[in-house]
Amino acid sequence: MQPSRMFHALAALALLALSTPAAAVLQIEITEGAAGARPIAVVPFGWAGEGDPPEDIAGLISNDLTRSGQFEPMNREDHVSQPTRADEVRFGNWRTLGVDHVVIGRVEPLNDGPGYNVRFQLFDVARQEQVAGYSYEVGRNGVRSLAHEISDVVYEEITGERGAFSTRIAYVAVQGSGDQRRYTLQVSDYDGFNPRTILTSRDPVMSPAWAPDGERLAYVSFEEGRPAIYVQRVVSGRREKVSSRAGINGAPAWSPDGERLAVTLSYEGNPEIYVLDLARDQARRITRSGGIDTSPVWTPDGENLIFTSDRSGGPQIYSIPVDRSERARRLTFEGNYNADPDVSPDGERLTFVHRMQNGRFRIAVLDRGSELMRVVSEGQLDESPTFAPNGRMILFATDHRGRGVLGSVSTDGRAAARLSQSQGDVREPAWGPFRD
Amino acid sequence: MQSTIRAIALLMFLVLAGCATAPQEPTETTTEEADSGADTDTGTGAETDGMGEEDGARTLTAEECPPDCPFSRDAIDDSSSLLADRTIYFEFDSSSVQEKFMDVIQRHAAYLAEYSDVDVRLEGHTDERGSREYNVGLGSRRADAVSRLLQAYGASSGQIEAISYGEEVPAVEGHNEEAWDKNRRVEIVYPASGGSN
Repeated sequence: MQPSRMFHALAALALLALSTPAAAVLQIEITEGAAGARPIAVVPFGWAGEGDPPEDIAGLISNDLTRSGQFEPMNREDHVSQPTRADEVRFGNWRTLGVDHVVIGRVEPLNDGPGYNVRFQLFDVARQEQVAGYSYEVGRNGVRSLAHEISDVVYEEITGERGAFSTRIAYVAVQGSGDQRRYTLQVSDYDGFNPRTILTSRDPVMSPAWAPDGERLAYVSFEEGRPAIYVQRVVSGRREKVSSRAGINGAPAWSPDGERLAVTLSYEGNPEIYVLDLARDQARRITRSGGIDTSPVWTPDGENLIFTSDRSGGPQIYSIPVDRSERARRLTFEGNYNADPDVSPDGERLTFVHRMQNGRFRIAVLDRGSELMRVVSEGQLDESPTFAPNGRMILFATDHRGRGVLGSVSTDGRAAARLSQSQGDVREPAWGPFRD
Repeated sequence: MQSTIRAIALLMFLVLAGCATAPQEPTETTTEEADSGADTDTGTGAETDGMGEEDGARTLTAEECPPDCPFSRDAIDDSSSLLADRTIYFEFDSSSVQEKFMDVIQRHAAYLAEYSDVDVRLEGHTDERGSREYNVGLGSRRADAVSRLLQAYGASSGQIEAISYGEEVPAVEGHNEEAWDKNRRVEIVYPASGGSN
């Protein structure tokens, strides 16, 4: 087959996969809200059409805000009134309830064709005025992402920081066991909705990593009987094998400029960190140690790699300049097992897998300034933490009733939620960048 | 001396076998070399597998040769053969091969020394605990440990491919010590035979 025709065939296959929502939707369960966080009331949106409203937009916004750990939305049953228009908002009542902000809105079917007009307004109760208000027209399938967009507006107006509710995640899902085991790579909304299968394999698929442009994923696939690193375009499904050297080809991590991958290779004998220049197909070795060096991630300035190494015995987190001007520096000292780091977008925090004294593996957050470490998850076998692009939430893999599920936790550890499939395991989440 | 004669015979066999089987090299190997070849402009001195001149090969003394040695060529397809045992288990967080598995390794080394055209895959695995990517490193360390022992007992590096699956392919499902014990392993796989895996 001609290479170009093969590309077309591959692209067609990938498109088919994209248009077939065979993947199971993750169900969200909020397990812990942040008590004492900013009090807000998200009033159920009014609905002017026939039958049921298309989505519970207020419910989605409320979930988003709760999961961020920055807000404590009031229970609906405690709303004294359910205004849908500005002139119906009685600020005095909301002040009595101790609410700082109120979100209202309404949905109407469009007159000319399928879809809806959605309006929302955000009010500051103390100042008794509107802080934000927008009107949107959306198609039938756009209501859910619109709800996340409204969450982003509310979040940013009140906290001054960008919300990460309109982002996407990638993760690995596994169904079946033994010869029937199937590994798939999934891309979904940040809350697990709208999943798309972008790769299916009988052999393991590992370590998805988003390019900074949000359009490509790097991952490891064992489909040829040995591990290789691929870079795949999410929309077209077109992909390229970027490393299949002898031994380990693993743990890809994109440089901030999107032109290089930090990876783990062992073709020179020992698992070491290398930087792969994608345009020139060159691998430059960064680490040299007798131990296992793996799981690199770039600091936001692109100057350092943070990685796992067991050069001192058990695995610990280290940092090394990409230009190798200095030796690797150890960053973790608490406990005898710290591995698989991710760096917050501002570079101030690290999150990684930490083994507790009781043998449980949990997610920890290390503040690089104060060097204080805090455990933020509560499972037995928690792993693969990944920061939201605003650094305020962490998604990780955990176990629930013997199955692999995803956990989300606010970076301060206060709000927690679980995302699970009705069957099979989900694991190795990778949180994508902001979508502009 | 008998051992010298055996050594010469073995060497001749290696040479002959090498010639006879050259066209049957698996295509994967070709791909591997092509890829590695592209890396040479990095100046890292990349080494590819498959060029080894049977460096580790030597004959076994009578003491080293385990029972049933030498094996017949099709012994790997015989489920009652001593070669049917193909799994080496490991302690938690360890890549040291325990004494009790030395026999298994010696038998396979003897077989590989005898049939130098036979290739073997060593698939390293870990239990599910801890970081997946670190576990790939740990599985690789286990496969390498078995590889070194196979070579010490007569197999050649060119016959062996060591692969790590980390914790991705458990032998046993389950989240308890019993399952973990069975999952920390290196599997000796003969790709050409209809064997395990």
